[in-house]
Amino acid sequence: MSEMTYRDALNLALKEEMRRDPRVITFGEDVALYEGSFKVTRGLLAEFGEDRVRDSPISENTIAGVAIGAAMGGMRPVAELMTINFALLAMDQLINHMAKVRYMFGGQVFLPMVVRMPSGGGSQLAAQHSQSLETYFMHCPGMRIAYPATPADAKGLLKTAIRDDNPVVFIEHEILYNSKGEVPEDPEFLVPFGVCNVMREGTDVTIVGYGRMAVLSLMAAAELEKEGISCEVIDLRTLNPLDEATFLKSAARTGRAVVVEECWRTAGLGADIACRIFENCFDRLLAPVKRVSGLDVPMPYSRKLEKLCIPSVAGIVEAVREVMAASY
Amino acid sequence: MESKLRELLSDAELLGFYEQMVLSREFEESCAEQYTKGHITGFLHLYSGQEAVAVGTTAGLQKEDYILSAYRDHAQAIVRGADPNRVMAELFGKATGICKGKGGSMHLFDPKLNFMGGYAIVAGQFPIAVGLAFAAKLKQEERIVTCFFGDGSMNQGNFHEALNWSRVWDLPVLYICENNFYGIGTVVQRASALPALHRRTCGYDIPSEKVDGMDVIAVYEAVKRAAAWIRERQRPYFIEAVTYRFRGHSMADPATYRSSAEQEIWRSRDPIPNFAKRLIDEGITDQAALDEIDARCTARVEEAVRFAEESPWPEDSAVWEDIYV
Repeated sequence: MSEMTYRDALNLALKEEMRRDPRVITFGEDVALYEGSFKVTRGLLAEFGEDRVRDSPISENTIAGVAIGAAMGGMRPVAELMTINFALLAMDQLINHMAKVRYMFGGQVFLPMVVRMPSGGGSQLAAQHSQSLETYFMHCPGMRIAYPATPADAKGLLKTAIRDDNPVVFIEHEILYNSKGEVPEDPEFLVPFGVCNVMREGTDVTIVGYGRMAVLSLMAAAELEKEGISCEVIDLRTLNPLDEATFLKSAARTGRAVVVEECWRTAGLGADIACRIFENCFDRLLAPVKRVSGLDVPMPYSRKLEKLCIPSVAGIVEAVREVMAASY
Repeated sequence: MESKLRELLSDAELLGFYEQMVLSREFEESCAEQYTKGHITGFLHLYSGQEAVAVGTTAGLQKEDYILSAYRDHAQAIVRGADPNRVMAELFGKATGICKGKGGSMHLFDPKLNFMGGYAIVAGQFPIAVGLAFAAKLKQEERIVTCFFGDGSMNQGNFHEALNWSRVWDLPVLYICENNFYGIGTVVQRASALPALHRRTCGYDIPSEKVDGMDVIAVYEAVKRAAAWIRERQRPYFIEAVTYRFRGHSMADPATYRSSAEQEIWRSRDPIPNFAKRLIDEGITDQAALDEIDARCTARVEEAVRFAEESPWPEDSAVWEDIYV
């Protein structure tokens, strides 16, 4: 184990996988000479050369489509979209093509590709650079979706993503890039898809989060412990496949659940998770499931207003208190 | 002065061109009949009239070259070597279809033939073609990628992104524009600021030419030359094949936006009888031999329909298969 940032853990995963398999290549806007807008691809060009690490034109849909074609042609591309907001320009290739070709071609092709995309709000980047669009992808069958919360998972999930034969949308949180944690040095350290991380065990209430929301949930749980409330914090890790069993079992045991989502509340993934808990654990619930969500507004710039829009530790603490107080 | 056919190709090859065009036409006309009977459902875009483009292009390529297309893809797949039985079964939605009945008319695919798919979002195939070319170049393969598309797709952003990218990275892509003058019902002059489509590549420094898409030999020669050029230089090239679809955009389109005078002019340029006449005029064959080929193609397509009819439907369990590896 060594302590490193989420960013460096991602960088290490890329380097290890590129050393391990010459078919792994990466490209995107400013990933080579500039070493990535968030410096996740630092040092790759120097080590692997410009065939395997390439700057692309600002053409997001083609970045996604070239990854599809390269994967069909026998490579294992890791494409970078500068942020998830720009993934909207690539939705034709991601949704209409990447998620469909295996099925509509009768299973005759597979796409071992990863599309990385930094996501999330909280840096006063205003409405067009602060979105949390994970639900957009989660809605669509045909792709895997990973969203690490910790540096260790950043490394282990990205390595799994690169070795997976399915297309993977890999979402990274911009605010987590500088977060630090212990990361296994073992180059065979992999975090499997479809297995939640029970970050903290507890008995009174289950908090389900992902990405930065899992990190905030863990902080909220520490606060709540002081009040004598024991929280079980579950990080989904992958939104597809979704490890339903782990959070359902937990919610059935604690009888109370709070789902924390950074995306908009309306038709967000939190509604889906909450619904699954209701459908499967209804007779075990001691209180209605509660959601803590991003506000249903375009993100404002002003930091005073922006704070209102993103789930906070205080907001999660409050929601848990309400769930503890409520009963049927 | 027009080259004599025998200086270019063997008699067997020339008759092969004829047979492939006839097989394509017979297949498409049979599809129309099966659609009317309700055996083929969904969208059905037929290729009748454009056969010289698919046949001439495919003949000008190597077997290892990749081919991608749009949704008017039956002839391109069959000419490439796809089994007409399995293509027809696909259109019928049967389990024996080339994509197990999951893709249908617009999504034919056969990796064994390097036929890398029909794509039904206009211009969706461009970036994928560029990606395949990138893989081929990285792997230092000899192959090139041929990307078929219609005139309408040149007004999509994908077209511009892909052309630019393929030149910036210098990738071996052969762009074949099948200009049949209509994007559904919108004539090219009403959709493209520059109706001389091949001239639109100068903004990406990609050389281009226009070829008579009703002349299988002209297409073949242009593609053969272009493919050799691309293989040698590892750079993209663009061919505009001027052609015409004899039917509407799809079976749902009666094509009333085209005058009968216009249609008659193009009918007189039908690539099949014109090529037949040339074969006879140059003493390569006679009408009786061509009639035999025609009969063979008709029988081949009848067999495909029979195969499709007799094939089983997919099991219900197939609906959950082939989503993930």
